[in-house]
Amino acid sequence: MNTPARYNRSIDWVTVLLYLLMVGVGWLNVYAASYSPDAPDNPLSSLSFSQLMGYDWFKQIIWIGTALLLLVIVLVIDPKVYDTFAFGLYGVMIVLLIVTPFIARPIAGSRSWLELGPVRLQPAEFAKFITALAVSRYLASINLRQQSFRDQLVLAGLTLLPPLLIIAANETGQALVFGAFLLAYFREGMSPLMLVILAAGGIILILALLVPKLWLVLALTGILVAVLVANRRALRHHLPLSVGVWAVVVGMVFGVDFFFNNVLQDHQRKRIEVLINPSADPLGVGWNVTQSKIAIGSGGLAGKGFLQGTQTKFDFVPAQSTDFIFCTVGEEWGWVGTTVTIVLFMVLLMRVVYVAERQKSVFGRTYGYCVASIFFFHFCVNIGMTIGLAPVVGIPLPFFSYGGSSLWSFTTLLFILLAIDAARKQDLERY
Amino acid sequence: MQYLEGRKYVVQAIFLAVALVFATRLFYIQVLDGSYKLAADRNTLQRIVQPPYRGLIYDRKGQILVQNTPVYDLMVVPREVKNLDTLRFSELLQLPLADVREALQAARKFSRVKASPLVQNLSTPELAAIQDNLIDFPGFSVKARMARSYNTHTMAHALGYVGSITPKLLERPQYAKYQPGEFLGITGLESYYEKQLMGRRGVQYRMVNVRGIEKGAFRGGEYDTLSVAGQDLHLSLDSDLQAYAEQLMAGKRGSVVALDPKTGEILVFVSAPMFDPEMLSGKGMGNRYMELLNNPEQPLFNRPLMATYPPGSTFKLVNELVALQAGVVTPQTPFPCNWKLVRCTHRHEYPSNVGIAIKQSCNPYFYQVMRATVLRGRSTNRFEDARLGLGEWRRKVRQFGLGEKLGVDMGQEKKGLIPSPEFYDKRNGYHRWSFRTVYSLSIGQGEIGITGLQMANIMATIANRGWYYTPHFVSSVGQSGPLPEYKVKHTVGVDPIHFEQIIPGMQSVVDGKGGTGNNASLLDMGISVAGKTGTVQNPHGEDHATFAAFAPAQDPKIAIVVFIENAGFGGSSAAPLAALIMEKYLRGEVAPWRKRWEAWLPGSADRFIVRRRH
Repeated sequence: MNTPARYNRSIDWVTVLLYLLMVGVGWLNVYAASYSPDAPDNPLSSLSFSQLMGYDWFKQIIWIGTALLLLVIVLVIDPKVYDTFAFGLYGVMIVLLIVTPFIARPIAGSRSWLELGPVRLQPAEFAKFITALAVSRYLASINLRQQSFRDQLVLAGLTLLPPLLIIAANETGQALVFGAFLLAYFREGMSPLMLVILAAGGIILILALLVPKLWLVLALTGILVAVLVANRRALRHHLPLSVGVWAVVVGMVFGVDFFFNNVLQDHQRKRIEVLINPSADPLGVGWNVTQSKIAIGSGGLAGKGFLQGTQTKFDFVPAQSTDFIFCTVGEEWGWVGTTVTIVLFMVLLMRVVYVAERQKSVFGRTYGYCVASIFFFHFCVNIGMTIGLAPVVGIPLPFFSYGGSSLWSFTTLLFILLAIDAARKQDLERY
Repeated sequence: MQYLEGRKYVVQAIFLAVALVFATRLFYIQVLDGSYKLAADRNTLQRIVQPPYRGLIYDRKGQILVQNTPVYDLMVVPREVKNLDTLRFSELLQLPLADVREALQAARKFSRVKASPLVQNLSTPELAAIQDNLIDFPGFSVKARMARSYNTHTMAHALGYVGSITPKLLERPQYAKYQPGEFLGITGLESYYEKQLMGRRGVQYRMVNVRGIEKGAFRGGEYDTLSVAGQDLHLSLDSDLQAYAEQLMAGKRGSVVALDPKTGEILVFVSAPMFDPEMLSGKGMGNRYMELLNNPEQPLFNRPLMATYPPGSTFKLVNELVALQAGVVTPQTPFPCNWKLVRCTHRHEYPSNVGIAIKQSCNPYFYQVMRATVLRGRSTNRFEDARLGLGEWRRKVRQFGLGEKLGVDMGQEKKGLIPSPEFYDKRNGYHRWSFRTVYSLSIGQGEIGITGLQMANIMATIANRGWYYTPHFVSSVGQSGPLPEYKVKHTVGVDPIHFEQIIPGMQSVVDGKGGTGNNASLLDMGISVAGKTGTVQNPHGEDHATFAAFAPAQDPKIAIVVFIENAGFGGSSAAPLAALIMEKYLRGEVAPWRKRWEAWLPGSADRFIVRRRH
């Protein structure tokens, strides 16, 4: 029974094609970003294997090859395994996350990479899909209509434990990704108020950094008074609540400084400062953002052409084949290229949502939304940082950025959903 | 659970909203805002200006005078300077500690990250002395460039010098292409022919990476241009003759200008006191410039072009020519040597014709000649008659190129002054002056001012019997001959016959028995010199001596003016010098028995001549 052949009718080929397309386009850009004009014309035949391993584009070929192997394995495994062993995998992952900082050598400021011979893996990357499996499994096991407070607490714990461990290993960017799960929970019935409160909180934080505090307090007080005057019912019945909310918000305004100066690490603070004022740190983080914008901005409408980028080629852009791969897209393919990339991601996200919605099980649907949310978060933050709309957070652009761990992790994330989806039809046929 | 299904639209809307924001933002920075493209070019494109090879300067005989040699600037990038031992560093550079500190301060002020010159114009041996030790001083580097070097110790005033462009010059539109610190001709021929000598800068666009390392030409060098070397200048100055004249003028103050009358080419151009052109090049040039500038003898003052003096008796020739052309006198017109009109230079025979008058330089005679020119009875009012007459006289005199810049190929030239009736109207009041007021002009004294070059040009005009080419230094720019303005023949409005009428008189000045310029005679060599002595009254001290001449009288090859300040009578001091120079030019050497004249006027030589200290 467990042969790939049983999938060929039921697998979602649209997603598979999208995946292959994005990985292919991604590789072209990794090639452009790591291509060296000094290299021989035909590097594959004229360079030795160890020389070739010095190029990201060559290693990425190996990563893609192994990722394809991986996706076949993911599809071959009976999808019930993911359901059944979700918690088991979660437990193994937590253990790995705990021990990693102790056994890993420090690389780029964090002890989060495990080395297995020539291969370096980042457990945090795999924490994403394993946590997604675990929370989906948990949501499927409880009565969503009548959630107890304890259920919600367990869910919150399941969601927050991995990012806390990841933060401990100094990979804040990877930890933030778990915030994306809120979108999935929203689909499964979480109060929209949560999203609104989060959004409002974010806006107030940003305003508190941009606008003098006194003005902000005056404006908030003005809003409170206006609401109470316009809505007599609120004045009569909800006065303590209204004033309470006002007090909390004002507290946040003044808490921002404390948070900013005492909780955030130095480099994190700088990244937010730079977002507000790009000239705050012109030779540090600001330089990265400025050069990234210059590279993308100089691409124009149609770009400079494949391998013709100067800003990326001459190392003005940092981490150009990994976190800042979008700069190569922007510089060499112009606005046409960046828009096509954005459209590719949108089509993928819409397709994943579509696939998630057609699941009959809460497990499958929740997992599908988790996949969409994780991709969306990476898309938002990665592209946002390259064009100065989001703080610099070191997370990759799915399928585009160079790197084995991230490609494997995204591939697994996506193809587990496809495996679950294919099995759904099997189930239908069986019954 | 049905109501929750609608939430997928909320999720999708959030996705699309972000995508829309990104696409819009990208459209703005990629398509609408061009500043990122400029920033990208600023990042990667480096414009390298290649200074062209400055044109060389040759003398009349093709001997090279000014050439280019590599010199080295010691550059400093203040940010890279680490733990500088200023004392050791200043010892290494052999410069005072305070100077080094000051220069470092200036460099820091200019830029902490860009290189700026700390010490300029190090010669190759000077560089060799410090280069090995430079490794101990991070942040310092050496940049090579071409600078002027001199094959001669003479003609500093004519050659001028090359220096870095001043902020003031940079603001002028004609210097728009110059970069701060770039070198250009500041004075003399270097300045006047800057455009020709400079050549054309080459520009190369190089791509550099983030560390400033070159990554090849931009678009295969499509926009690159090669520098074009400047054109060479071929001077009419004869460096041997010039050196000889400078040697003769050593220790004196004054000027010597010699022209080839047939072409207007300047053969000798001496402004004494002189200095070595090398003084204004190389390391320490700024200090030496200040030394020259503050020297009380004013060696930087370009006397033949800038000093205007009353010409003295030599100007009597011009007055005589004007009068002859006007027909108010003939060569045979006698005028008594009437001391009541004006004191004469000495007792002499009766001036029964112009020849005797010139030979004796008779002041009353020329008083009366000019009076005949000016007072013609144009008005019954004697004031008005003088006024009209002087105006007419001035128009004639100005045709000799006086009272106006001649247009020599050098800046700095002064106009001189030929006073107009309005000049006296202003000074004395309208109709409150008569011929008695202005009679000094008849003997070249008074308000009149003429430069040495103008005087030499008068001699060339007389030698040519009525015409001249504007004097010039450069006989050929590159291969293309002189500038076009030096190929235009100017006539002075006096018929050749009148020149023939005065030249015998000028010859007798030199060759005739008892002539005032006997000391300039070259008759023993068969060369007839026509000349005129002059002694310019100087209210501030001893009179200035002049001698103006040309030779040979019948086929002039050289016209010369020697002007020596505070040297008394022109016949005894200026005339022998002029003769020596003319003889050397015409014969190539000086007869042994005339060499005694070389030391005839010993100056306090070394007080005046300024040589570069080694």
